Amino acid sequence: MNALKSHLLRLAPQIVVLIAVVLLISLAFPDFLTLQMQNGRIYGSLIDVLNRGAPVALLAIGMTIVIATRGIDLSVGAVMAICGAVAAASITSGHSLVYTLALALAVGMLCGLWNGILVAVLDIQPIIATLVLMVAGRGIAQLITEGAILTFNHPGLIFIGSGSFLGLPMPVVIWLAFGVAITLLVRRTALGMLVEALGINRRASTLSGVSTGVLLIAAYILSGLCAAIAGVIAAADIKGADANNAGLWLELDAILAVVVGGNSLLGGRFSIAASLLGAMIIQAINTGILLSGFPPEFNLIIKAAIIVLILVVQSPRVRDLSAWFGRSGSREAAVKQEAK
Amino acid sequence: MTLKTALASATILAACMFGSASAADMTVGFSQIGSESGWRAAETTLTKQQAESRGIDLKFADAQQKQENQIKAIRSFIAQGVDAILVAPVVATGWDDVLTEAKDAEIPVVLLDRTVDASEDLYLTAVTSDLVHEGNVAGKWLVDTVAGKPCNVVELQGTTGSSPAIDRKKGFEQALSGNDNLKIVRSQTGDFTRTKGKEVMESFLKAENGGKDICALYAHNDDMAVGAIQAIKEAGLKPGTDILVVSIDAVPDIFQAMAAGEANATVELTPNMAGPAFDALAAYKKDGTVPPKWIQTESKLYTQKDDPMKVYEEKKGLGY
Repeated sequence: MNALKSHLLRLAPQIVVLIAVVLLISLAFPDFLTLQMQNGRIYGSLIDVLNRGAPVALLAIGMTIVIATRGIDLSVGAVMAICGAVAAASITSGHSLVYTLALALAVGMLCGLWNGILVAVLDIQPIIATLVLMVAGRGIAQLITEGAILTFNHPGLIFIGSGSFLGLPMPVVIWLAFGVAITLLVRRTALGMLVEALGINRRASTLSGVSTGVLLIAAYILSGLCAAIAGVIAAADIKGADANNAGLWLELDAILAVVVGGNSLLGGRFSIAASLLGAMIIQAINTGILLSGFPPEFNLIIKAAIIVLILVVQSPRVRDLSAWFGRSGSREAAVKQEAK
Repeated sequence: MTLKTALASATILAACMFGSASAADMTVGFSQIGSESGWRAAETTLTKQQAESRGIDLKFADAQQKQENQIKAIRSFIAQGVDAILVAPVVATGWDDVLTEAKDAEIPVVLLDRTVDASEDLYLTAVTSDLVHEGNVAGKWLVDTVAGKPCNVVELQGTTGSSPAIDRKKGFEQALSGNDNLKIVRSQTGDFTRTKGKEVMESFLKAENGGKDICALYAHNDDMAVGAIQAIKEAGLKPGTDILVVSIDAVPDIFQAMAAGEANATVELTPNMAGPAFDALAAYKKDGTVPPKWIQTESKLYTQKDDPMKVYEEKKGLGY
C-alpha cells in the first residue's frame, strides 16, 4: 500500500499536467471528452490521443531504459523506418504474417545490438554512437523500399495498425500491454535496480559484480525492439512503408516524453509509467492543436515552451534558488512529511 | 476533352518523329537532384526513356541533394563537351559561375522542374509546372462538381512555408473566390505525408460533427489524400461519395483509390519534364529557334471517368 502511494506521488506531476491539458482542450472544444461506440470500437478524440501517441509511447519505453543507463538513443526514428520497410517488403514478397513480424522485430533488435556494441564495447559516447544509425538508417530504409512508398494489402498486417481489440485500437492495446510487460520485467526483478545502479555509476556497478556491458547492450536492444514495433504500427496504419517520413523526428518526441515524465537525462532512477504519461501529454497537446484550428506553427512553440519549462525546473541552479527562497516553506513541508 | 487528347497525342507523335530525326547523335548531360521522392524517381525514369526513344546519349549524374555535386557534374559535362545540359537545381541560388562557364563553352542549359535566381541569358529555358495553376485546376473542378450547392471544404496543406503549399493554396482559393457556396472551414498542414494526412483528417472529422458537415477535402498532394481517405473510412463515412476528395500530383496510388471510387480527382504534376526540354533543344540545334524562357507543362486533370486502372498500370513501372 505504501509502495503504491509513493508510486502515485512520483507520478502526481505528470497526472496533474495531463489532466490540466485535457481540461484546457475540452474547454475550447467540449466534444473532446465525448466517447461513442462505432463499428464495434470506441470512437472519440481521447481514443485518437491514445492511438496517435502509440509510436512515441512505444519509443519512450525503450528510451526510458536507455536514458536510465545514462545513454540516449537517437536512432529510433530511423529504426522505425527500417523495420516498417522490412515488414512491407516481406509481406509484399509473399511471406506469412508471423515470419514478417518476426523478421521486422529481429531487424530492430539487430539495430539495437549494433548501437549497444558501439556504446558498451567500443565505449563510444551514446549520442555519437546512435547518431550513426540515425543518419544511415533512413538510407537503409530507402534502399529497401527503393525510394518509393511500398504499399501492401495484407489484412493481418493492416489489422495491427487499424484493427481493434475489445473496442480499443490495436496500437493502443499493444503499447499498453508492452508498457505493463516491461514495467513488470524491470520492477518484479532486480533488473530495474541494476539499470539504475549502472546509470548512476557504471564503474561502481561493475566492481560490485554487475555485468554492466551485457546490461547496457540489452537496454539498446530493448530500444531497438520498441522502435521495431512502432515502425510496424506506423506502416500498418497507412498500409505502406514510407522510408522518407516514417518516424521522422520521433526520436526527439520520445526523448521529450521521457523528460516530461520527470526522468533525468543524467541517468539513474526512472519510471516507465511517467514516460508514457509524458508521451500522452505531448500527443494530447498535438491533437488539441489540430482540433482547435490554430495554425500548425503553434504546435512547435508549445512543445518548445514545455521543454524549456521542465529544463528550467530541473536545473540545479533553480533548485538551489527555490531552496534558498523557500527555506521556511520547505521546512514546513518537511514537518508535514514527518507528520505523515 | 477528346479533341484535346487527340491534339496532345498528335503533338507528342510529331515531336517524337521530329525529335528522332534531328536529335539523334546528340549527347546530353543530366544533373538530377537525387531520389528523395517517388515523383523524382519517376522523373529520372521518364528522362531516360525519353532520351532513349529519341536516340539521345544521356549522361546521368545523381547529386544526392548536394549543390556542390551538381556543380561538379556540370563542370564535367562541359569538359566532356556535351551538346546540352539538363539541370534539376536543388537550390535556387549560387549558379551564376557554373552557368557562365557553360555559356562560354556554348552549351545550352535547360532547367527542369525548378528555376534558379540567375540572369535569364545564362540558360536556354526552364521547363516547370505552374503550382498556382495546379491549385486552380483542382479548385475549378470542385466548383463545377458541386454546381452551386453549399459545400464546406477542409484543406490539407503541404509543409508549412514550402512553395508548393503556398502556391497550391493560393491557386485553389483563387478558383473558389466568387463562389460563396464553397467555404474552406478548416486548413491544417499534413506535411505532405500519409501519416500526418490521416492524423489531421481524423481531427477534422471530430471537429466538424463527425464529418457530417464536411462536403469536400482538398489535399495539396496525393499522399495526404490517401492517408485522409483511410481516416474517412474508419470514421464510417464513404470517401468519394460522402466527402469528395481532390488532390494534386497524380501518383499511382491515387488512381487505385479513384478506381475504387474513394477519390474523385487529381491534377497531374507530370514527371515528363524532359520531353519538352528535348523538343526545345532539338529545335534550337536544328535552326537556332530560341524557345520561350519558361515552358509550362500541362496540369492535366484526371477524374474517375479517365479509366484510372489503366493510368495506374502505366504509371506503376515508373518508379514512383
